[in-house]
Amino acid sequence: MKNLSILYCGILFVLVAPWCGLILASNAQYGNLQPGAADEGDPVYPKPTGGLAEQGHQVYIEMGCVYCHTQQPRPESAEILLDQTVKAKDGTSKVEPVFISPDIARGWTKRGAVARDYIYESRPLLGFLRVGPDLGDVGARAIADADSDWLLAHLYDPQVKRPGSVMPPFRFLFTIQKIGDQPSPLALKLPDSEPIRPPAGYEVVPTDRALALVAYLRGLNIDYDLPEVKLGK
Amino acid sequence: MCPCESLVKEIDPRPDATQSEPVQLGQIDASLRGPVALFFWKALGWLFLGTILALVSAVKLVNPEFLGGHEFFTYGRFFAAAMDALIYGWGCQAVFAVALWLMARLCRTQVKHLGVLYVAWAFWNLAVLWGIACIFIDGPTGMPGLDMPPQVAPLMGFSYVMIAMWGVLCFHFRAPGPVYVSQWFLLAALLLFPWMAFTAEMAIFYAPSRGVVQSVVNAWYVSNLLWLWFAPVALAVVYYLLPKILGRPIFGYYLSLIVFWSLLFLGGWAGAHYLVYSPVPVWLQTVGIVGNVVLIVPVLVASLNLLVTAAQEPRGVLNSAVLRFAVFGAAAMAVAGFVGAWASVRSVSITVNLTQFTLGHTLNLFYAFFSMVMFAAMYYILPRVLNREWPSAILVKAHFWASALGITALVLAMYVFGLHQGAQMNNPEIDFMEIVKGSGFLNEVQLAAVALIAAGQLVFMANFGWMAAGAAWECGVNFLKQLGLYPVGWRLP
Repeated sequence: MKNLSILYCGILFVLVAPWCGLILASNAQYGNLQPGAADEGDPVYPKPTGGLAEQGHQVYIEMGCVYCHTQQPRPESAEILLDQTVKAKDGTSKVEPVFISPDIARGWTKRGAVARDYIYESRPLLGFLRVGPDLGDVGARAIADADSDWLLAHLYDPQVKRPGSVMPPFRFLFTIQKIGDQPSPLALKLPDSEPIRPPAGYEVVPTDRALALVAYLRGLNIDYDLPEVKLGK
Repeated sequence: MCPCESLVKEIDPRPDATQSEPVQLGQIDASLRGPVALFFWKALGWLFLGTILALVSAVKLVNPEFLGGHEFFTYGRFFAAAMDALIYGWGCQAVFAVALWLMARLCRTQVKHLGVLYVAWAFWNLAVLWGIACIFIDGPTGMPGLDMPPQVAPLMGFSYVMIAMWGVLCFHFRAPGPVYVSQWFLLAALLLFPWMAFTAEMAIFYAPSRGVVQSVVNAWYVSNLLWLWFAPVALAVVYYLLPKILGRPIFGYYLSLIVFWSLLFLGGWAGAHYLVYSPVPVWLQTVGIVGNVVLIVPVLVASLNLLVTAAQEPRGVLNSAVLRFAVFGAAAMAVAGFVGAWASVRSVSITVNLTQFTLGHTLNLFYAFFSMVMFAAMYYILPRVLNREWPSAILVKAHFWASALGITALVLAMYVFGLHQGAQMNNPEIDFMEIVKGSGFLNEVQLAAVALIAAGQLVFMANFGWMAAGAAWECGVNFLKQLGLYPVGWRLP
């Protein structure tokens, strides 16, 4: 190469071009997103996360949950072809091919996530690998579950609710304490089959960090309409 | 003399022009003996540590109760620490050693003021150690590839400038004559890395962008690390070693200009393919896909350049331990280029993205391509720098086969199982727990492959340690002889 200024300018260009094209452009598009209402008069979403949930967000980061769990329910456009049994009006059922987003079909979410869902996240945790299920809408699933302690018990020992799970136990987020005059209202109700039970007269109580983490997880809920995406479409 | 002039004279890396060329080359090698050996030694240490951390996280996927009792040892922290030990401990330091030596050799310059390099070496390692300790104690940052806390970054940046400036200085004061393609690649990598690291740190930690823009920056940075930092240096090494050892020019050398510009131009755009179907702008995902597909051009042309040159002299490649590593790496790059282009297309990406397939592709580039080429460079450079032969040829062979078989098994398993898992995940009739249990076999294959890779590294470290100990002994003897303290007639047992 004879003209070295071309080399230097070229090296600068190959860095600046994608930086402008990808980062500046996406920042211009999404850097100032505000909460929005699906229709005029509807409540605006998303809601800012509360203090406890924000602490839980920090716990989620510190525990490295992001290396196994994504928070990006795939959109409706991520369609796959499925054979689905469809019931006709006359009562007969037939198998018909339908296109559906696998995350929605699996019941992980009711709609795909959009950029506006993340505007209050101080650090978006989209993740890159699904060793475990997607957690982008786990709050909606947790709220729908009758067992309100599900998440806490799952954190204490994943084998209780999901035998065979490869999730590490987070027992260090719980303390074992002697039962006082009255059992603590927060104490975990562990099944008899649980091998890691506290000794008799003791109970397992979640620490503040466990409660914050669960508050954060329950807040991961995109069960609302936005201008760009409506449920029940 | 004005101070500027004296500074320029002080750092002027041009060798003594009155000497003959072999003497000059010897001086260049001798001038970098300490820093190159130290960077390689610490790099290998981090590589082994990172592999052991990866091994522990693989064990934890088979048995989640393993080391499960304390938050320091939870899976996410091991995984993050392994990743950063490999990127910043091993990858970056191997790049430093290779880039400085190769640049000095090709520019016919020698690095002066090694004290600066030693200090920068110490602080870089301190920064990595501090960062990894923070990951274990306080937890990672949640941004894969940038898992160390942001306060480590200034220390690393300062050390980086102290190290990389010698490469740029060598290029500036190079001997007259044409510039070889390896020099372009090295210069580009040395200039690009600080900018992308600085931009990513700023846009994520110091002046956080809103919402998913941070994720875009993260994906851009990780892709840049692979294609604009590790890949150019590895290519520089293979472009240097093949003609040097085989004694024949690169086949179609004029094409290397296309490789250089197309790789650099496309590498920066390819990042968004990690985000296909995620909540980022759709046009951005499309740009990432296009970038990845067109990346086939540099990959194809580079593998044409390199693999055809190697194929013209197959015996020479088989007989040279250095070239076996280098050609394995070049072939792995070709595979990674094609697989990456295929997998980034939307209809495939819906199956393979967010599975082990993507991680396998990263490992294909990082270990099977970059790390194997760095091993080749170490096998070539270290004897010249330390002025000694490798003590054991059997250990070199053992290292090659353990690494080659281990990484091939690992990457293949992750590709095949990633496809399988992705297909299962897209079928809502298969319960998620079934998929998790079905990955048990993959986890066991991963465990065995990583253990094999670690064993290979141990063999390499033994060989290197043996050689370095010999060099240190010789150095000590010479020192004693100079002082007149060495008894005449003493010999090594």
